[in-house]
Amino acid sequence: MTMTTTTPSLAPKHAPKLVRPSLAQRLEPWAPVLLIPALILVGWLSISSPTSWLTLTVSGLAMGMMIFVIASGMTLVFGLMDVINFGHGAFVSFGAFVGVSALLMMSAWTGAPSVALNLLAVLAAILAAMAVTGAMGFAFERVIVRPVYGSHLKQILVTMGGLIVAEQLIFVIWGGEEIFIGRPETLKGSFVIFGATLEKYRVLAVAVGLVLFLGMRAVLRGTRLGLIVRAGVENREMVQVLGYRINRVFIMVFVAGSALAGLGGVMWALYQEMITAHMGMEIMILVFIVVIIGGLGSVEGCFIGALLVGLTQNYVAFLEPKLALISNIALMVVILMWRPQGMMPVIKAK
Amino acid sequence: MSEPILQLSGVHTNIAQYQVLHGVDLTVPRGGVTMLLGRNGAGKTTTLRTIMGLWRARAGEVLFDGDPIQRLAPPQIARRGIGFVPEDMGIFADLTVEENLILGAVSGPIRQDRLDWVFDAFPALATFWKMPAGNLSGGQKQMLAIARAVIEERGLYLIDEPSKGLAPAIIATMAKALKDLKTAGATILMVEQNFSLARALGDHAAVMDEGRIVWTGAMADLAGDSALQESLMGLKVETA
Repeated sequence: MTMTTTTPSLAPKHAPKLVRPSLAQRLEPWAPVLLIPALILVGWLSISSPTSWLTLTVSGLAMGMMIFVIASGMTLVFGLMDVINFGHGAFVSFGAFVGVSALLMMSAWTGAPSVALNLLAVLAAILAAMAVTGAMGFAFERVIVRPVYGSHLKQILVTMGGLIVAEQLIFVIWGGEEIFIGRPETLKGSFVIFGATLEKYRVLAVAVGLVLFLGMRAVLRGTRLGLIVRAGVENREMVQVLGYRINRVFIMVFVAGSALAGLGGVMWALYQEMITAHMGMEIMILVFIVVIIGGLGSVEGCFIGALLVGLTQNYVAFLEPKLALISNIALMVVILMWRPQGMMPVIKAK
Repeated sequence: MSEPILQLSGVHTNIAQYQVLHGVDLTVPRGGVTMLLGRNGAGKTTTLRTIMGLWRARAGEVLFDGDPIQRLAPPQIARRGIGFVPEDMGIFADLTVEENLILGAVSGPIRQDRLDWVFDAFPALATFWKMPAGNLSGGQKQMLAIARAVIEERGLYLIDEPSKGLAPAIIATMAKALKDLKTAGATILMVEQNFSLARALGDHAAVMDEGRIVWTGAMADLAGDSALQESLMGLKVETA
């Protein structure tokens, strides 16, 4: 299978007849994107202190990026492949434990006051975590998920079992105590920009989130592999009769999604500076919300959804702390009332 | 005559507990259009799907280019050089026309001469090149389904009822394109209910009933013998 990029210059000779769509028609696909500045504006209007607003906005966006990193794997597995995998939460925890163990082993690098060494240590930890959770994903797909493709209820039951087993494995390997982990030396502390404080680590989270978003978009939209995945989600059989081994491609997608859970786990561990076996399961609700409001299968929707969730949570926690608990659910309700299939669904509800 | 491109012998296929094909013997000669005809439920679509490997033959042999393919998986069969246009067209609605065709060219980038041919035969595909295929009309979708199969040169094209639900003018466009393809030397095995289209395109014919081939011969012989048509397919063709 060739993996070349697929934007050949195949401009047709027959010029299509073009009509200028109305403004509303042109804005419609962008409406979800416009929600972000709209929400930021609402925050500006309701928060009286500009520096607080700036701090909340920046950290809200950073938190959104963080959530996107964790949710990105779920977009592939649940969004694109339509597999409800509760084991994903355990992969996040596993990734965190593997990554933290790796970081603890590299204390010479994490303790050194060198940005390069610190980032290298984080990168190594991420790669280790992704390798382990990717391998777990492979085993999961083979043993647990394969017999239950297409049946949500069975997926929930059987992957819930897988989740319990995986969580207990964490207890077996690392014990039941939570582990505290300090951030690498140069990622501690914060920057102050225009009076707003921004933790250094969040800048890293934003960078990772952006790179991941652009990378996933490029693969799904710009390569033959991405085309095969998108086509396979719609009509598996047809992709096969064209000559592509879709089953192999889907295993790759599942493994990639699981590996991304590992990445999210490490990033989340350093964000919270503490890890427990249940941390993945706890974040899963937020992850499901983000994937659902984004629209199933849409990396763009997931990205925007994550930013909206991050911003909403920060603003609401500042304005009315008691409402913070329900702010995400409320956001989901509002968005699903507006677009019942999520903001930009790739997969239309069946 | 040279070796046939496709040969089915004694093919039995069942779908769950229902046996649909009861020993199909079918020979598709190289070059030209072979029409697979018969009543609804005779097993025509099942025959095509069995050749494609979408349903596994329980017994019998399918030889393509002399090699048995009945144990291969659909992607392997496709890569040996069989293009398939299913009855439901199998268009990827969320992908653009361009992306649908890119997927059709399995072995690499689309060749410009094939693309020119496709645009020539089906100008609508050029017009809606960047549009999601789901927005096309029924006829345009069928054009796209055929274009996707022929965008790459293959030894054999299996086309399942291309005229289904289409207006006569569109059927004429499609017939012309398929005729062109045939003139260029392609081999097509086609299921068709529209007898006048079958008569216009077909060189050879095979008639199925109850999961078996009950008659084979030249399309012209079948077309010229209305008593035979009626006994084989229950057809009464108006001589217009």
